Amino acid sequence: MVQATENQNRWGQPLVKLERLGVRFGKNPVLRDINLSIDRGETLAIIGESGCGKTVLLKTIIGLLRPTQGTVLFDGQDLAALSERLLTRQRIRFGFLFQQAALFDSMNVAQNVSFPLRQHTLKSSEEIQQTVLARLAEVGLPEDVVDQKPAELSGGMRKRVGLARALAMEPEIILYDEPTTGLDPIMSDVINELIINTRRQHPVTSVLVTHDMRTARKVADRVAMLFPLTRLRPDEPQILFDGPPDEIDAARDPRVRQFVRGEAGERLMEMRRRNRS
Amino acid sequence: MATSSNLHSHNQPEGFLGRMADWVCDLGETVIDWVSGLGDAALFWLRTFGWLFGRLPRKETILPNFYQIGVLSLPVIALTGTFIGMVLVVQSYVQFRSLHLETHLGAVINMSLVRELGPVLAATMLAGRVGSSMAAELGTMRVTEQIDALTSMGANPIHYLVVPRFLGCLLLIPPLTIMADFMGVVGGAFYGTYLLEIDSHHYWENSQQFVGNFDLFAGVFKSLFFGAAIAMISCHRGFNCDPGAEGVGRAATTAFVYSFVTILLLDLVLGIVLDTVYYTIWPDAPTLF
Repeated sequence: MVQATENQNRWGQPLVKLERLGVRFGKNPVLRDINLSIDRGETLAIIGESGCGKTVLLKTIIGLLRPTQGTVLFDGQDLAALSERLLTRQRIRFGFLFQQAALFDSMNVAQNVSFPLRQHTLKSSEEIQQTVLARLAEVGLPEDVVDQKPAELSGGMRKRVGLARALAMEPEIILYDEPTTGLDPIMSDVINELIINTRRQHPVTSVLVTHDMRTARKVADRVAMLFPLTRLRPDEPQILFDGPPDEIDAARDPRVRQFVRGEAGERLMEMRRRNRS
Repeated sequence: MATSSNLHSHNQPEGFLGRMADWVCDLGETVIDWVSGLGDAALFWLRTFGWLFGRLPRKETILPNFYQIGVLSLPVIALTGTFIGMVLVVQSYVQFRSLHLETHLGAVINMSLVRELGPVLAATMLAGRVGSSMAAELGTMRVTEQIDALTSMGANPIHYLVVPRFLGCLLLIPPLTIMADFMGVVGGAFYGTYLLEIDSHHYWENSQQFVGNFDLFAGVFKSLFFGAAIAMISCHRGFNCDPGAEGVGRAATTAFVYSFVTILLLDLVLGIVLDTVYYTIWPDAPTLF
């Protein structure tokens, strides 16, 4: 749990609002009737098992995917209704940390971190260099990594460079896609600390998608759990739980408690039955 | 397709009618796939042209692509041109000599090089060297979410990634074609006049008589279409790459195959059009024999 109460009191109004959101790929629906509101300054963790549509939800929030039903309101504006140019302006207000960091292979660390600054600001090379070094220091990376290519970095370093890049434009909202996946426990906790520190240092709203309960409990003010549509009855809502992390253990839905405890239960048998049918 | 066929077969009646229904379903699905694929490619072209005329990319994105497409392709295209020129002489010499027309070799070979082989070979080498590489690079960027990262940072991927590659292929294929032509002419002349001892004066005189400016123009003009097709097909394949190493490999292969087939089709169509134009303007143009 983070001390975000001050920020929440100050802002309180929703920054992102999803209304009856639905996304389908061809004939396969992934998200259905999602209603979710994310307040300014809040840190929301979206949890759920693999394939339940967490990343799709995150990419729909930033407009990388267009909803097939419903709306995504960002600061009161329907992102799907905006032209490409206006959508680009809104996207600058976002920072996105991708699952594998998605650093540009052909660029070194400095060029990666400075990319959004060179695209959208008229800052001089010196100013950009200073910002890059400041962001790298913030995520605990030494100055001598600036000339290294992403392929030369470890997984944890890549994630931190990705975070430095996401912070470069001082965004209002940061979206983290599985920030600790594939990292050792120490580095996972370093990333958790960085997410918390980022919020302390910048007035930022955060949405993180994770299946790591340790991250969700440590970082988030609020947790929402998504469930795969393929295993849901048509009349059930896709968000099975929406509340503070300390209440999730006592959730009424047994599927939420099962996920939180990380118990397979009847899941293997269920998968075998499904494969047979 | 096989899967959908199997699915249909569970739901359709057995026998001739059932098989016909399956066949019609499969055909319909294939047609829809083709039409939607063409529509997707057309939209990709339109967006590229929209950005091309809207705002040019920055110098730092153009120069590395131009270097990769133009400068690094030069040696391999020059080498190919030289050897094709020499091989043409080797293959044609005996037949021409038996008719005592070996001094006409220059006209035939240089005409073939300038109008057909130079542009087609330069384009084929470009499709193989640059097209596949562009598809693989963009495909990897798609698979590793780098294209999504670009978009999320407010940079349009078509403007940032496709337009510089398109400009590079479009603007640099004419000089590469001229280089292939030149090296082919030099290679042919070297083999014919020095090694096979064809009379140099008549070799060049015949070449000069039959190969005109229009032939050079026709070759270079065609190359512009080839360059545009290579860039667009390769970038489109890369952007629509399937996940995984297999998807990237397939994108690179299909980029070359589609580019090559398109080059051959364009060559035929443009060849007919340019010939019609030529004989309309110069109905009494000189013939070889």
